Amino acid sequence: MLCDMSVELSTPVIEFRDVSYRVGSTQVLLGLNLQVARNETLVLLGRSGSGKTTTLKLINRLVSPTSGEICINGMSNEKLDVIRLRRGIGYVIQDVGLFPHFTVERNIAVVPKIEGWPDDRVRGRVQELLQLVGLAPELASRYPHQLSGGQRQRVGVARALAVDPGILLMDEPFGALDPLTRDELQREFFLLQQRLHKTVVFVTHDLREALRLGSRIALMEAGKLQTVLTPHEFVKSSDPWASAYVKAFGDGLESAANRGAS
Amino acid sequence: MNVVRFIWQNHIQVLDLTLEHLWLVGVSTAFAMLIGIPLGILIAHRPRLNKPVLASANIIQTIPSLALFGFLLPVPWLGERSDRLAILALTLYALLPIIRNTYTGISGVDASVVEAGRGMGLTESQLLLQVELPLAVSVILSGVRIAVVISVGLATIAAAIGAGGLGEFIFRGLAMVDDRVILAGAIPAAIMALAADFGVGWLERRLGAR
Repeated sequence: MLCDMSVELSTPVIEFRDVSYRVGSTQVLLGLNLQVARNETLVLLGRSGSGKTTTLKLINRLVSPTSGEICINGMSNEKLDVIRLRRGIGYVIQDVGLFPHFTVERNIAVVPKIEGWPDDRVRGRVQELLQLVGLAPELASRYPHQLSGGQRQRVGVARALAVDPGILLMDEPFGALDPLTRDELQREFFLLQQRLHKTVVFVTHDLREALRLGSRIALMEAGKLQTVLTPHEFVKSSDPWASAYVKAFGDGLESAANRGAS
Repeated sequence: MNVVRFIWQNHIQVLDLTLEHLWLVGVSTAFAMLIGIPLGILIAHRPRLNKPVLASANIIQTIPSLALFGFLLPVPWLGERSDRLAILALTLYALLPIIRNTYTGISGVDASVVEAGRGMGLTESQLLLQVELPLAVSVILSGVRIAVVISVGLATIAAAIGAGGLGEFIFRGLAMVDDRVILAGAIPAAIMALAADFGVGWLERRLGAR
C-alpha cells in the first residue's frame, strides 16, 4: 500500500489510502479511500462529527492517521517535511484565524515573509491578492477587527493564496457569514477557481454550497465515506444518504412555500 | 513636616538604601521573568505539567516571608551574603504571578488563530514569537506588574536579615519608636511601588495587542 512515486498527469493530487483515525475509543474515520484530481473542487459534505474536518486536517498533517496513508502528488505526506508541506497548501478555516495584532497586509504576507521574499515583491503580491479577492487597496493597513465578516473571510482567502499553492483546503470558509454575503462569496470563489485552477478540498454541511461549488461531492457519515458523486448525479441519486440530503433541502423550500400559501 | 526634614537631612542614606532596594527588586524580578515566562509557556503547551508547576509556585507563596528568609540563612553559599539570599527569596515570591499570567495569556490566545498559523506552515518557534507572545504580552506584563509591586513591599523585610534596602529605616524606626524614621523607609518604598505599577502598566498598554 505504498504511494506510487512516479508522478504523471493522471496521478491524483491527493489520495487517501485506507485511512483510519481513532481518538481513544472513538473511531473518527474508518477505511477512507478517496482521490482528488488535479484542478477539481472536491466537496466533503456531511454532518458535524462525520469526520470531514478530520479528513481535511489529515492532508496538511494537523492530524496524523492511525493507519493508512495520504499521498500528495504521489508522495506519502509523512515523508515530506511538515513545514514545507503546509506552506505548499493554502488553508482557510471558518473562524478565519487572522492574526488580530497584524494589519491586513501583514496577515496576507505572513508566509511570503517567512519564505524570505524581498519587501517590494511582498508588497506587490499583497496588492495583487487584494484585487483578486475584491478588496480595496486601502484596506491593507486596517486591522482584522476593523473589517466586516465578509471582508475578513476574503483576507483569509488572500492569505491562503499568498505563495500560490497548488492545493487549497477550505473548512466551512463561508459558514459564519450572513446568507447574502455567503452567496456573494460563493459566487466570487467559483469565478476565482475558474481562473486559478487550484486543487480544492472544501468542507461544508450545506448541500446548496456543495452543489454550487463542487466538481464532485464526497458524502460522509459517521466516519465513513458513503459515496462520491458529481452535483448532477447527486440530485438524482438513489443513494439513501444523498437522497436524504436532497429531500431535507427540498422539504425546507416546500414548507416555506406552504406556509406562505396558508 | 518633620518627616520631610528628616529625609532631607539624611538624603544620602535614603538614596543609598533606595538604590539597594531597587537592586534587590530589579534583580529578583529579572530572574523571576527569566524563569517564570518560559515555565508559563511550557505549561500552556503541556497541560499535564500545569497543575504541579502552579501548585509548587502556590506553596512557595504561602510560606511567610520572614520564615523563608530564616530558612535560607543556613544554606552555605547563600548565607554568606544576605543580598543573595534576599534576591533568591524575592525571586521565589515573584514566580507565581509571572508563571500564572504567562500561562493564562498564552492559553488564552484564540485556538483558531494558532491552528491557522500552524496550518499555514509556521514552525512552533515562529508561532510562539510572532503570534502567541505578542498576543499574550499584556497579560504577561500585568503579572510582572503584580510581582514588582509585591517585591517592593517584601524587600523591606529583607533588612531583617541584613540585606539592606529601605527596610533598614523601617526596622530602625520600629526599634527607636520613631515615626519619622519608619516613614523615611516607607514613603520611598510606596513611591517606588506606585512608579513601578504605573511604568509597567504603561508598557502593558503600549505593547498590548488590539
